[in-house]
Amino acid sequence: MKPLLSVENLKMHFPVKGGVFLRSVASCKAVDGVSLTVHEGETLGLVGESGCGKSTLGKCMVRLLEPTGGRVEFEGADITHMKRSDLLPRRRELQMMFQDPAESLNPRHTVGEIVSEPFVIHGIGDRQERVERVGELLEKVGLSASAADRFPFEFSGGQRQRIGIARAIALNPRMIICDEPVSALDVSVQSQVLNLMMDLQSDLGLSYLFIAHDLAVVRHVSNRVAIMYLGKIMEVADADAIYENPRHAYTKALISAIPIPDPKVQKEPQFLEGDVPSPINPPEGCAFGHRTAHADWEKSIGMDLSLREVEPGHWVQPCPCCTDL
Amino acid sequence: MPLLEVTDLQTGFETDSGRVVAVDGVNFSVERNKTLGIVGESGCGKSVTALSIMQLLPRPAGHILGGSIQFKDRELVEATPEVMVDVRGDEIGMIFQEPMTALNPVQKIGRQVSEVFLLHKEMSKAEARAASIDILEKVGIPSPEVRVDEYPHQLSGGMRQRVMIAMALGCKPDLLIADEPTTALDVTVQAQILKLMSDLQAEMGMAIILITHDLGVIAETCDEVVVMYGGRIVERASVEELFENPQHAYTKGLLRSIPRLDRERKTKLPTIEGNVPSLDKMPEGCRFSTRADVEHDEAAITQRPPYEEISPGHWVEKCPFCYQG
Repeated sequence: MKPLLSVENLKMHFPVKGGVFLRSVASCKAVDGVSLTVHEGETLGLVGESGCGKSTLGKCMVRLLEPTGGRVEFEGADITHMKRSDLLPRRRELQMMFQDPAESLNPRHTVGEIVSEPFVIHGIGDRQERVERVGELLEKVGLSASAADRFPFEFSGGQRQRIGIARAIALNPRMIICDEPVSALDVSVQSQVLNLMMDLQSDLGLSYLFIAHDLAVVRHVSNRVAIMYLGKIMEVADADAIYENPRHAYTKALISAIPIPDPKVQKEPQFLEGDVPSPINPPEGCAFGHRTAHADWEKSIGMDLSLREVEPGHWVQPCPCCTDL
Repeated sequence: MPLLEVTDLQTGFETDSGRVVAVDGVNFSVERNKTLGIVGESGCGKSVTALSIMQLLPRPAGHILGGSIQFKDRELVEATPEVMVDVRGDEIGMIFQEPMTALNPVQKIGRQVSEVFLLHKEMSKAEARAASIDILEKVGIPSPEVRVDEYPHQLSGGMRQRVMIAMALGCKPDLLIADEPTTALDVTVQAQILKLMSDLQAEMGMAIILITHDLGVIAETCDEVVVMYGGRIVERASVEELFENPQHAYTKGLLRSIPRLDRERKTKLPTIEGNVPSLDKMPEGCRFSTRADVEHDEAAITQRPPYEEISPGHWVEKCPFCYQG
C-alpha cells in the first residue's frame, strides 16, 4: 500500500512562560519525535491517555498547529512549511473531525451553512449546486435533506456527529483525521456512527487517523494501531498483533485495564501506580519505565530509543525496562 | 431487610412546557456489602434517581412526585431538610462524575475533607484535620500531610477522584452512591479507582450504587444490575444472569452494540436504530417502541407494560414485542 500521510521525527514543543518578563522558562514537549505513516485506504488507530499528545499530533498533521520540528508529508509533498496559499488545495484532501459536535458546529449557523462552508472556502459551485450537494451529503450520512434548514441544537449528539461527518466528506477528501469521534456518544449511537464511518471508508476509499482512548473501539475500526505515551510512540503494529501479542509494557498495561463486558471473565489487571507525568521536563530515557520505577529504567537513559521492527510491521520502542529487547 | 428500598419512585421537573417525568415508577433495593449497577444512556433517569435518594434535586423545578425511598428504618421521601443533612455525608456518601466541578477550587483539600467530620462527628478542627489525613492515606494519596494544604487544581484527575471518595467515605457511610465515578478518567486510572472502591467495600461493608453507561465496568464490579430506559427500569437481574440471559430487547441491543475485543475487526456493529426521544415525546406504553426492530401495535404504545419477576431475582418490563418470554 502506498503511504498517504507520513510524519517524520515530528516535534511540537510549546514554550512555558514565566517570570516577570514572561521569558520561556521551559518547554512542554507535547509531541516529541514521532514518526508514523498512514497508508491509502487504511485506518490507523492512535491510542493514549489524556495528555499524551495525541490530539496535538493530529492538529500538527493538518497544520492547525505549526510543528516546531520534523516534517509532515502528504501525497508525497512536504507540507511542513508550505505557504497558506499552496496548502489550501491540499486541505481539500485532508479533513478533520472533532470530538464534541456541540462545540465544533457553530450554533448560529444552519446545518446547511455549516456543511456548505467548505464549498464557500474553496469556491466550489454556485448557490444552487451547493444546496443540492448539501442535500446529497446529508442523505449520505443518514439525515434527511430537510435538515439543512435547521440548527445544530435541534439534533441529538449522534445526529450532530453525522453533521460533522458530512462537513468532513464534503470535498471528497482522501483522508480524515478523527479526534475522539465517538467518545461523547451513547453506546447505542456510537455503534451507528462507527458503522457509518466504516461504510464511507469503503465507498469513498478514505483513510482515517482514528484518535481515541477506548481500546475496544479502536481495535474494531483500525487496521493498525499506534500506542502513544508522553509525546512518543511506544508501539505500532497490526491491530490484531497489538492486542494479541503486545511487546511494550505500557501497551500490556493499557490492554489489561480495559473492562471486559462479561462477568464470567476473571482477569488480573496489572495496576499501574500513579498518573501520566507532566510533559514539561519529562523524565529522561523511557518515560514509562520511569513511571513504573523499573529497576532497568536507568539503562534506557542515553539509549537510542527510536522504534525497532521486531516482526514485520511490528515496531516497538526498544527500552530495556519495558520490553524484552 | 434491604438497606435501601426504592418503591414506585416518580420524579419530575416543572418546565415552561409543562411537567416532565424523568423517573417514572422505579423499583429496586440494595443490600449491605453488595453493589447495584444502574446502567442506561444519557437521559434515562439514572442520575435523577440518585439525586432523588439524596434529595439533591435542583429546586424548585425538580421534585419527587410519588413513591417511597426506605433507608434503614427511615422514609426519605418525606424527610425534613434537617434529617437529610444528617443522612447525607454521614449515612449516605456520594461521588460525582467530574471531580473538578464537585470540588471547591478555592478551598484547600484538607478543609473540604474535614467538613464532613466537623459536620457529623463533633470533632475539633485539629482532630478533623488528622482524620482527613488518615482517610486521604486510605484512598491512596501519597504524602497526604502535604496534600491537605494543596488546592484541587494541583492534583491530577485520578487524585481528585480519590479526594472525592475520601470525602464520601470519611464517616463510614452505609451506602455509597457513585454517579459515573470513572467516566472522566483514563482506563489505567479507572482500574485503580474501581479497585479502590471494591477494597474499601470489603473493609467497611457498605452498599454501593454504581451509575454508569459502561457495561464493562458493570460486569467487573456489580452484583446486581438494573437497566433503565426513558425513566423506567426495563430489566433487573443479577450480573451473571443479565449478561448471559438478557430478556428485554433494549438490554439485548445494548449488549450487542458494544465493540468487544473478541469480535471480528472492521465488521458492521449491530446497532439500535434511531435516537432516544426526548422525555416529553416518550410514548406512554413501551418506551422502547420507537426504536425496537419489531413494530409495536397501538396497545403496546399506549399502555404501560407490566413489570414482573420472570424468575427469582430477574425482573422484566413485559412488553409483548420487546419480551418474548
